[in-house]
Amino acid sequence: MTRLVSLVLIVALGLLPMLARAVEPDEILDDPKLEARARAISANVRCVVCQNEPINTSNAGIARDLRILIRERLKAGDTDQEVLDFLVARYGDFVLFKPPFKPETWALWLAPFVIFAAGGAGIFVMLRRTGQRDTAGPEKLNPAEEEKLARIMQSDNPEAES
Amino acid sequence: MKRILWFLPLIVAVAIGGFALWGLVADRDPSRIPSVLIGRPAPAIALDPVPELGTPGLSTADLTAGGRPVLVNFFASWCVPCKAEHAVLSRLAREHGVTLYGVNYKDKADDARRWLNDLGNPYARIGWDNSGRAGIEWGISGVPETFVIRGDGIVVHRYVGPIVGADAQQEILSALREAGLKEPAS
Repeated sequence: MTRLVSLVLIVALGLLPMLARAVEPDEILDDPKLEARARAISANVRCVVCQNEPINTSNAGIARDLRILIRERLKAGDTDQEVLDFLVARYGDFVLFKPPFKPETWALWLAPFVIFAAGGAGIFVMLRRTGQRDTAGPEKLNPAEEEKLARIMQSDNPEAES
Repeated sequence: MKRILWFLPLIVAVAIGGFALWGLVADRDPSRIPSVLIGRPAPAIALDPVPELGTPGLSTADLTAGGRPVLVNFFASWCVPCKAEHAVLSRLAREHGVTLYGVNYKDKADDARRWLNDLGNPYARIGWDNSGRAGIEWGISGVPETFVIRGDGIVVHRYVGPIVGADAQQEILSALREAGLKEPAS
C-alpha cells in the first residue's frame, strides 16, 4: 500500500514541471484571442538575458516585463507586426528567433537553395554526360562475326562448331 | 577550365567549413548583442528622482544640456556587479570630470538611498526607473549597462556589464574622449 502511494507521489512529482510555465497568471489577458496572439508573438521573441530561450518560458525579470509590454501594446490595438517592430527598434533583429529577410540576411536565407541548385546542376550535367556515352552503345559486329553468330544460332550443337 | 570545375565542390566545402571554423574559434563572443542604439539619438527618457534622495531626476533634455559627452549608467542596489563598478564610476566623475547620470533600475527607493549613502553618490542626476520601462526603451538586458552619449545626444558607445579593470575603464575613457570630453588639468 505504501509502495503504491509513493509510486503515485513520484509520478505526480515528475509531472509537476509540466505545470511550470513562465507566463504567470496575473499576466494573462481576459480576452483569449489577444492572449493567443500574445503567446504566438512571445514564442518568437528571444529573452535578451538567457538568449536561447523565448520570453514565453523564461523566468528572467526582463522577459516578464516584455511579456507584459507585448500584452499592453496588443490591448492598445497594435498589430502583431507593430509589436515586433517596437521590440526590434529597441533590441535589434537579435530579439527575433526568425531573422527577417533583408539584404544583410540574403546569404543566410538563400544559401541552402543556392547550394542545392548548384549540386542539382552538377548532378544533372554528370548524368547527361554518362548518358551520352551510353547511347553510343557497343560497337556493331563486323560481317565475319555476324556470319559466325548466324551459324551458331542455327546449329543444334554450338559446342561442336569452330 | 574543366580541371578547375573538378575542384569546385572542394572549394565550396572549404569555404563553408572555413566560415564555420571562424564562428567557432574567432575571437568573438557570440552572446554579445549588438546595440541598435549606436549612432542614433538617445531614446526619450523622463524619469522622476528617487524619492527623498535629493538628487534630481533625469530627462532627455539633460543629456544634451551641457553640450558635452555624458555617461548614462543603469544600476540597482540589488545588483552586485554594480557595486564592483561603483568605485570606477566615482573615480571617472571625480578625477576625469565625467558628467555621470544614473538610472536606478527596478529598485526600491529605500534600498537605493541606503546603497548610495553607504557607497557615496557620484551621480549628478538619477532617474528612478521603478517599472523598468526606461530600461526597455534603451534596450538593456540587465544591470549594469553604461552608455556614452555625445554632446549632441547621439549614443556613441554601449558597455554591457560592470566597468572594472584597466581595459574596461580605458574603453569608456577613450569613447568619452573621442566624444569630446574635457578633462581637468591634473
